Amino acid sequence: MEIETLKTLLSEHPFVSGLNSRYVELMVGCASNVRFKPGEFIFREGGNADQFYLLRHGRAAIEIYAAERGSITVMTVGEGEVLGWSWLFPPYRWMFDARALELTRGIALDGKCLRGKCDEDHELGYELMKRSMQVAEQRLQATRLQLLNLYDVRPLSTEAR
Amino acid sequence: MSATPTNPLVPEPWKVQRVHRDTADTFTMELESAGGKRELPFAAGQFNMLYVYGVGDVPISISGNPTKPSSIVHTTREVGPVTSALRKLKPSDCLGLRGPFGVGWPVVEARGADVVIVAGGIGLAPLRPALYHLLAARNYYGKVVLLYGTRTPADILFRKELQNWHSRFDLEVHVTVDRAMGSWHGNVGVVTTLIPRAPFDPHSTVAMVCGPEVMMRFTVQELEKRGVALENIYLSMERNMKCAAGFCGHCQFGPTFVCKDGPVFRYDRVQPLMQVREI
Amino acid sequence: MNPLILDRSHFDTLLEALAARGYRVVGPTLRDGAIVYDDLASSADLPVGWKDEQDGGKYRLVRRDDQALFGYAVGPHSWKRYLHPPLVRLWQATRQNGGFDVVPEKVEPQKTAFIGVRSCELHAIQIQDRVFMGGPQVDSAYKARRESAFLVALNCGQAGGTCFCVSMNSGPKAKEGFDLALTEVLEEGRHYFLLESGSDAGAEVASALNLSEAGPEEIAAAGRVVANTASEMGRALDTADIKELLYRNYENPRWDQVANRCLTCANCTMVCPTCFCTTVEDVTDLGGEHAERRQRWDSCFTLDFSYIHGGSVRPSARSRYRQWMTHKLATWIDQFGTSGCVGCGRCITWCPVGIDITEEARAIRQSESAPQSLAREDVNGD
Repeated sequence: MEIETLKTLLSEHPFVSGLNSRYVELMVGCASNVRFKPGEFIFREGGNADQFYLLRHGRAAIEIYAAERGSITVMTVGEGEVLGWSWLFPPYRWMFDARALELTRGIALDGKCLRGKCDEDHELGYELMKRSMQVAEQRLQATRLQLLNLYDVRPLSTEAR
Repeated sequence: MSATPTNPLVPEPWKVQRVHRDTADTFTMELESAGGKRELPFAAGQFNMLYVYGVGDVPISISGNPTKPSSIVHTTREVGPVTSALRKLKPSDCLGLRGPFGVGWPVVEARGADVVIVAGGIGLAPLRPALYHLLAARNYYGKVVLLYGTRTPADILFRKELQNWHSRFDLEVHVTVDRAMGSWHGNVGVVTTLIPRAPFDPHSTVAMVCGPEVMMRFTVQELEKRGVALENIYLSMERNMKCAAGFCGHCQFGPTFVCKDGPVFRYDRVQPLMQVREI
Repeated sequence: MNPLILDRSHFDTLLEALAARGYRVVGPTLRDGAIVYDDLASSADLPVGWKDEQDGGKYRLVRRDDQALFGYAVGPHSWKRYLHPPLVRLWQATRQNGGFDVVPEKVEPQKTAFIGVRSCELHAIQIQDRVFMGGPQVDSAYKARRESAFLVALNCGQAGGTCFCVSMNSGPKAKEGFDLALTEVLEEGRHYFLLESGSDAGAEVASALNLSEAGPEEIAAAGRVVANTASEMGRALDTADIKELLYRNYENPRWDQVANRCLTCANCTMVCPTCFCTTVEDVTDLGGEHAERRQRWDSCFTLDFSYIHGGSVRPSARSRYRQWMTHKLATWIDQFGTSGCVGCGRCITWCPVGIDITEEARAIRQSESAPQSLAREDVNGD
């Protein structure tokens, strides 16, 4: 895929919104176009977290596999969203499975490559850290709400009378 | 609002036409007047007090079509003695009805704007009449978007209807669940996660939100983040109700009576109240 | 109609005239160490020569040194026990043809004359009128009882120890809303009542008593009685901006303090003449053939008052006391256009631990102008 087109696609993604054009170019150097078929694993728990993904189209499920229960989907990630941040922190390993639920296209960003560029240019590092933190914050908030089991009603012996 | 021609404290006999189980703990009842002739005009968002002989009555949202008031439809969860007793009623059984009560959804105020409906769990029931109304008068509105979240795929209400709506070109339907097994290929995550990318113009949108209070608060936050003005967001509140006519005092929420000033409230008017714990 | 003079010795002619017109006559009487409202056969049933001493959590009766018929303030009863009774049946249902029939309760109250309605109580009745008849829905049972009531007001001859009607602009002089108004005067060996009419029904009864008109001296004497009462109020409540004050102070640490004392016993709501909250009870007979629904007094102080699926919205005593006081003094104004409090002092007198609404309002108001003390309380408060 032409670098020019990759740069355009990258710029269109919300994760990159507001990022200085110079840094977008730095990121392009670590970027590639990816495509997953429905049901295809994007990454597996325990695998090397070499990349993260900016999804452009489709939907991926973040799953945990429990032997007696099968695979449980804890969250889905779709178009315009970010999949993965384990590339940022050692030991750079995936904590969950991710699987495409439908035809999914996105931009893969090479973690090692980007980490190198961030070490050289801390400004880029700061910008990426900010954006990744925002993703983490949104996920944390959503997860907290999920934990509340909001739609459950405590079993009652008497109703309001 | 439709006036109750008779004493609001005295139930009228109505008959069960159909009962249908929606999910493990939720069911839908269609009622007809015991005399067979009477219609009950209502506004989307209003509720009735349904009485089971000798047991008691509870407020239940009307979940049917306000443009077709000859059959009154209610969807409710089984959570206590009265709703359990309602669940046991069969076609042609009698129950008591008082209503309709309350202030409904701003379907007229929303004309000319996009409409985003955010429903959590059983909250879809009082919102369904609003959707019926919007679809019956579709040309008055811009984009219409339904965002619906529930616990698991087995808890999805009105599945067939949702699928029909999903296939319409003039309506966007996004459904999500809090958790699912691998066989579910739809969205997983709380309903608030659907808001950032939902297709509506925040500067020309009316939002109608119903669900657990926590879910509504966070939904408002997400809508606000997208730029929807607080005076364009409407919630449906719930409080203990006994008389539903503004006399018994139970449903007070700050200076408002949920039974007659609500249950639908414009958010900016109740925002200070929602910030006070145990109000 | 000009004020008339009703001599004490002829007081029973008033009660007789009312009875002759088919009125049930109710008024204050002494029972179980308190002055309560009940049927009156004659003036002998009144607490003649008795006075009350009231303070926070205290109510005692002591003998006066005169024979005044109304020489006391208000007791634990208020007129709401007649106009908005503690227990009423709303309707009955009987099983029929696979369904059931509902028969609403016929409300045909007997005409009742209330003797000795204080100005604060007149205001309280008007406040409840707004609650039950002032909105889009009208409580027809309340309306029927209200329309069958004949009010004989009484301008208080002394203020009670916990009274603050002056602060609430609800007395001591009865200005309107009565059929007849009396002011009891005991002066220079004379014992009489200045009688004023406030309605056609009142004027009709008054004219049947054949009374002489009051002279300027007697009118002045009655004026002195009222002025004297106004000057000896037991409590005061600053109502300036009270609504905004309470709206600003939902998180004031004072609520924690009062919560430590409040037993949530609900006495205050039962004795308060404006508290109107009720609940419903559905009952059947053993065979299930007959069901009925009853409405009875309820109180926002109970734990299950605010119960919705999963729990109570107000589980703490703190939030329930706050709800009651904020409703009474603030949100009531937004709901019904007036304060909910008439300054009768009953809630102070009948609180077993003597919580005083005027003191609580004062503390909250003062906490705003003394940020220092607020900070100290804050540390211990939440």
